Amino acid sequence: MAKVVDARGLSCPQPVLLTRRAIEEGQFPIEVLVDTATSRENVRRAAEQAGLQVQVEVIGDEFKLTLRR
Amino acid sequence: MSISERLTRFFASRWGILLVGAVIGLLAPLLQKAGNPPNMGICMACFERDIAGALGLHRAATVQYIRPEIIAFVLGALIAALVFREFKPRAGSAPLVRFFLGMFAMIGALAFLGCPWRALLRLAGGDLNGLVGIAGLVSGIAIGILFLKQGYSLGPSRPAPAPVGWIMPALMLVLLLFLLLRPQFAKDGPIFFSKEGPGSQHAPILISLAVGLVIGFLAQRTRFCTIGAWRDLLLMRHTHLLTGVGALFVVALFTNLALGQFKLGFTAQPVAHSNHLANFLGMALAGLAFLLAGGCPGRQLFLTGEGDSDAGLFVLGMIFGAGFAHNFALVGVPDTLTRGALTVGGPGPYGQAAILIGLVFCIALGSTMREQQKPS
Repeated sequence: MAKVVDARGLSCPQPVLLTRRAIEEGQFPIEVLVDTATSRENVRRAAEQAGLQVQVEVIGDEFKLTLRR
Repeated sequence: MSISERLTRFFASRWGILLVGAVIGLLAPLLQKAGNPPNMGICMACFERDIAGALGLHRAATVQYIRPEIIAFVLGALIAALVFREFKPRAGSAPLVRFFLGMFAMIGALAFLGCPWRALLRLAGGDLNGLVGIAGLVSGIAIGILFLKQGYSLGPSRPAPAPVGWIMPALMLVLLLFLLLRPQFAKDGPIFFSKEGPGSQHAPILISLAVGLVIGFLAQRTRFCTIGAWRDLLLMRHTHLLTGVGALFVVALFTNLALGQFKLGFTAQPVAHSNHLANFLGMALAGLAFLLAGGCPGRQLFLTGEGDSDAGLFVLGMIFGAGFAHNFALVGVPDTLTRGALTVGGPGPYGQAAILIGLVFCIALGSTMREQQKPS
């Protein structure tokens, strides 16, 4: 089962911090829920820098990023 | 990939943030050339302070003007957010706390006489006190990072009905009307416009508006942030946002040199003082407060344009704080040169006390505000 990080509504840099924490725990895939394009870009950038594959899904007004090794 | 997606990808790239930093670094000194105060082509703290003065929230006669740049930053970001479908009214992330953070950020910034943007622009104009201010700013950010690592959070905002996001842009339109029509609401009453001092120095309204709209639009797209730049470097070794800040500084430096606006030194710099301790501590307070609120004063304006009402409340806190700071004599006084004798300025005793109170407030918040467990 995927690990879910719910970072919707949080200010910078918390979505990225929560994502990094989940990456460190090492349980993949990780699903990160965010509700702004800013957080979507920040999380994607951080995950790509960590060498992960990122898939972005638009769900209504929000985004789900799936992070895989 | 659609054109909109391509543009979004570009603006999120290293080149995107570099471009925006460079544009700001070019336009800010040009605004100064066009009439804005020295080393103050753009300053969120100073400009919001001038707006507070124009509205009569303080009565310092030399710093009263409705700065079109502030209006245009919000409206430019609003336009970008609408065009790219990112306008999202939202609310509810500790609004009152954000108001007070805005207030103390302003008190700290006015002790130094400038926001993080102006600290860079002052340094790019040769004012070495900018370096002391930036050192203070980064120190404040570093303190805030300790809290972030311990789980500091103001909690999530929630999507909100449309009016929540439109109130601040509407307020900016009202300010624009005040600027254009210059109504006087009472005998000897507001709207006030400075006849001398920094408040009387301004670029033509249309130029200020145009520059503000361009910067507001681009900064909304790239998420340009002068606090996030240092925060991401210290916290995660990410240099993305810092690239933009670096570009701003370098381009502003060369633009100032080209325009003859560069004068190196600590003393007798325009609208500045060389009280190093006050410069350092004032900006440390500002840096900590901005960090705890999630972004620099520019970023708060751009978020406001996206419909983030919590950022809007932070902006109102800054304007309120500016009124308070001037009424209660908390602000830094510029250095004065009288017949060759330098009198070092800086904040008086109440201003120094206010910085300490602000630091205590921010540290108390930082060590107590924690993530709430969300009901699943």
